[in-house]
Amino acid sequence: MLSRTAASLYWTGRYVERAEFTARLIEATLRLDALSARPAGRSAWESALLVVGADAGFAAGGADVRPAEVSNFLTLALNNPSSIRSCLDAARWNAKSVRTALTRDAWETVNRAWLGLRNVTDMGDTRDTLALIERIRAETRGFEGALNRMLRNEAYAFLGLGAAMERADNTARLIDVKYHLLLPEGEKVGGVIDRDQWTTILHTVSANTAYRWLYHDELKPWLVTDMLILKSELPRSLAGSSEEVVGHLAFIGKRLGRQGEADRLARQRQAVLSRTSIDSVFGQGLHEYLEAFLVENAQLDRAIAAQFRFG
Amino acid sequence: MSSPAAFDEIFGNGGDQPRSEFTALGAWLSETPAGEMDRRQKAAEAAFRQLGITFAVYGDDDSSERIIPFDIVPRIFTAREWSRLKEGLVQRVEAINAFLADIYGPRKILADGVVPQELVLANPQFRGFLAGQKPPHGVFAHICGIDLVRTGPDDFWVLEDNARTPSGVSYMLENREAMLRLCPEIFHRFNVCPVDRYPDQLRDTLRSVAPRGCGSEPVCVLLTPGHFNSAFYEHSFLADSMGIELVEPADLEVDDDIVWMRTIDGRVRVDVIYRRIDDDYIDPLFFRPDSLLGVPGLIAAYLAGNVALVNAPGTGIADDKAIYSYMPEIVKYYSGGEAKLPNVETFRCREPQALQYTLDNLEKLVVKLVDGSGGYGMLVGPTATSRQIEDFRAALKAEPHRYIAQPTLALSTVPTLTEKGIAPRHVDFRPFVLSGSHGVHIVPGGLTRVALQEGSLVVNSSQGGGTKDSLILSDTPDQIQTQGPGGQMQRQG
Repeated sequence: MLSRTAASLYWTGRYVERAEFTARLIEATLRLDALSARPAGRSAWESALLVVGADAGFAAGGADVRPAEVSNFLTLALNNPSSIRSCLDAARWNAKSVRTALTRDAWETVNRAWLGLRNVTDMGDTRDTLALIERIRAETRGFEGALNRMLRNEAYAFLGLGAAMERADNTARLIDVKYHLLLPEGEKVGGVIDRDQWTTILHTVSANTAYRWLYHDELKPWLVTDMLILKSELPRSLAGSSEEVVGHLAFIGKRLGRQGEADRLARQRQAVLSRTSIDSVFGQGLHEYLEAFLVENAQLDRAIAAQFRFG
Repeated sequence: MSSPAAFDEIFGNGGDQPRSEFTALGAWLSETPAGEMDRRQKAAEAAFRQLGITFAVYGDDDSSERIIPFDIVPRIFTAREWSRLKEGLVQRVEAINAFLADIYGPRKILADGVVPQELVLANPQFRGFLAGQKPPHGVFAHICGIDLVRTGPDDFWVLEDNARTPSGVSYMLENREAMLRLCPEIFHRFNVCPVDRYPDQLRDTLRSVAPRGCGSEPVCVLLTPGHFNSAFYEHSFLADSMGIELVEPADLEVDDDIVWMRTIDGRVRVDVIYRRIDDDYIDPLFFRPDSLLGVPGLIAAYLAGNVALVNAPGTGIADDKAIYSYMPEIVKYYSGGEAKLPNVETFRCREPQALQYTLDNLEKLVVKLVDGSGGYGMLVGPTATSRQIEDFRAALKAEPHRYIAQPTLALSTVPTLTEKGIAPRHVDFRPFVLSGSHGVHIVPGGLTRVALQEGSLVVNSSQGGGTKDSLILSDTPDQIQTQGPGGQMQRQG
C-alpha cells in the first residue's frame, strides 16, 4: 500500500471521529445548559470551547460566549479548523483521494455528511441545532457501520487506527475539561452542579448506562474518572482506545512482517495503563496526568507517521 | 447550420431507410418508444453520476462536477469499415514512432528534406536534450488517440494525432457497460466485438516496455496529477482495472537515478510509469521549474535508462499541428506506401500564400492554434459571429505561425436522442492505438463524440459535446460478449 494512501485513510478515520466527537460535545453542552434551575450557562460553553482547543480562535472573532455563537463556531465556522464542517471537509478530501481503497458505503456516508452541511449557513434555534447534530451523528454512525463491513485489510486497519488515536485524544480532553470547569462559589465537589457536570461528560461519550453496569453505584467523580481512563471494556476510555491502537498496529505489522517504534510506544502505553490505579492518577494530579497522556498520544502519532512514511 | 450534404452513417445520404447492414438498428429505433429511450438514457447518466464519472470544467468550483452527456443511440461500424480503419491506424502510428525515433536519432527525414528542419528543431515541442536518447525497446508513443472524421461511406480523415496523453478511453469502456445493461437487445441483433480487453492489453503494453534487467515482474504505476485533475476518474479507473498502483508525484522519489515509490512497507522500485502528466509539468528540474506536479529527477532516471515513461517525453512534436500537415509525407517516407488514412487539407498560415487564402476565406474555414487543444483557441468560420471572425483575423495577422486552417468538413451524422426525438447530430471518432515491444494493438472500439447542438461541429466535452457507444461488428459469427459484472464490482470496491 502506498504511504500516501495509508496516510489519507488514517486521517479520514481521525477527522470523522473528531466530527462525531464535536457533535456529541455540542449535544451534551446543550443539555448541561438546559438544566435551567441551575444554569451552568456561560461556563458550560466556555468549557466546550476549551475541550476542542477552540477557545483562542473563538475569542479572536470577538463574539460573546453565547449558546448560538459557540455552537455555530463549533459546527459551521470555516475559520475553526476543528469545526464539524472543517473536519468533514478534510475527511472528504482524504477519502476522495483514496476512493478506490474505500468501499462504496464508506465513501457515500462521508460524502453525504459533507453534502448535508454544505449549504447550512445558520444553526437556527436549539431544536434545529439538535436535529442537525443528530443528522451528522447518523452519518458518522453509518461510517462506522460501513467500516465494520469492510475487508479486514490494511485499509481497514489504517482507518481504525486513525479513529482510535483520535478517540484517545478526545476522551482525554473531555475529562480534562472538569479541571477547567469551575464550580460556582459555594458549591462543593460532589454537589448537584458537580454531578450535572459529570453526567454531561458521560453523555458525551454515551456511557451513562455503562457506568451503572460497571459500578452499580451512584455517580462518583473518581469512579467516572476510573471508567473513562482505565476501563478497557469501555471503547471510548483511554485504556480501550489504547488497546485498539495496539490491535490495529499489530495487524498491520503482521501483514508487513515487521514492527517498529510505533508498535513499541503503543504497547508500552497499554502496559502502563493496565498497571495504573486511579489513586495514582489522582496522586499525580488529574490534569497533569491527562496533559502527559495527550503529549504521549501526539508522540505516538508522529511515530506512526514516521514508521509508515506518511511524509 | 444544418448541413444538408452531411452523410448519415445509419441512413446514408438523405434516405429514410437505413443502409442495408443496419436494417436491424433502424428497426430498433422505430420499435423502441421515445419514452423508453429517454428512460434508459437517464438511467445511464444516473449510473455515471453515482460512479463519479465526472469531469471538472476548469474555472468551475468543486460543486459543479459534471458528467459528459451520454447518448443512448449507438454508432456502428461494419467489420469491413473497421478493418480498413485499422490498417490505416497501424500504418500511421508505426510512422509516428518511426518519425520520433528518427528525429531524436539520425534525423534522416530532415536531411532528405521531407520535413523542413527548422519546423522540427525550432519547435517548442521538440526536446533537444533527448537527442540520441532511445527509450526502452525503442517505443516513443505507446498510446495514441487518433481523431478521425468521416464525410462519406468510404471517406475517413485524420483530424488530429494525439500522441501525448490522450484521454477518453474510460468512456469507451463505461459506455459499453451501460449499453450492455440498458439495451441488451442490440447485442442480440448485432454481433459486436468486445472492448473489455483494453485494460489487459494496456497492462501488457506497459510490461512489454520495461527496461531490460528489471526482472520478470516489472512494477508498473499510473502517475496522476491528483484528484483535482479533470480526468482523475479515468486515472483511478484504469489503475484499478489494470491492478496497478495509482500514484501522485509526492509518492515517488528519485535516488541515484532510480525511481522509487513510498509504501508502508518501505521503498519499492518502479520500472514503468504510465504518466498522465504532460512533459511540461513532469520534472521541475528539466521542464517548468514552477511545476508543483512534477517528480524532481524523473527525467534523469529516464535518461539513465532506469525507467520507462509512457508515453516517452518529447512525443508532443508528433502531434503538433504544424507537423500534422506533413503527416502524409511522413507516413509515405517510413512505410513506403501512400497513407491509407488521408489528412484533412491544411493551410499552414506560416506560409504567406496560405495565410492570404485563410484571411480571404475565414468564414468558410476552421482555424486552429497549432498548440491548442480541447476546442479552445479555435474558430469555426461558418458558425462564428462576424465579431469572432474579426478577432481571429487580428490574431492571425499578429502571429500567423501559430495557426493552421482547414476547410469546414461536412462531418458525418448519427441518429441521436434529442428533445425533439431522434435527429442527426455530427460525430467524430477516437480509437486508441497501443504500441509495445510486441507490436501494435487496437481494441475494436473507440470514443465517439457527438455535438449535441443541432448543426454544431464542435464535439469537445468542454464545449457541450456528448459521447456514444461505438460498436464494431464482427464477421466471425461466434464472437460473444464476455463483459460480466466482474469488472464493475472491482471498481466499486
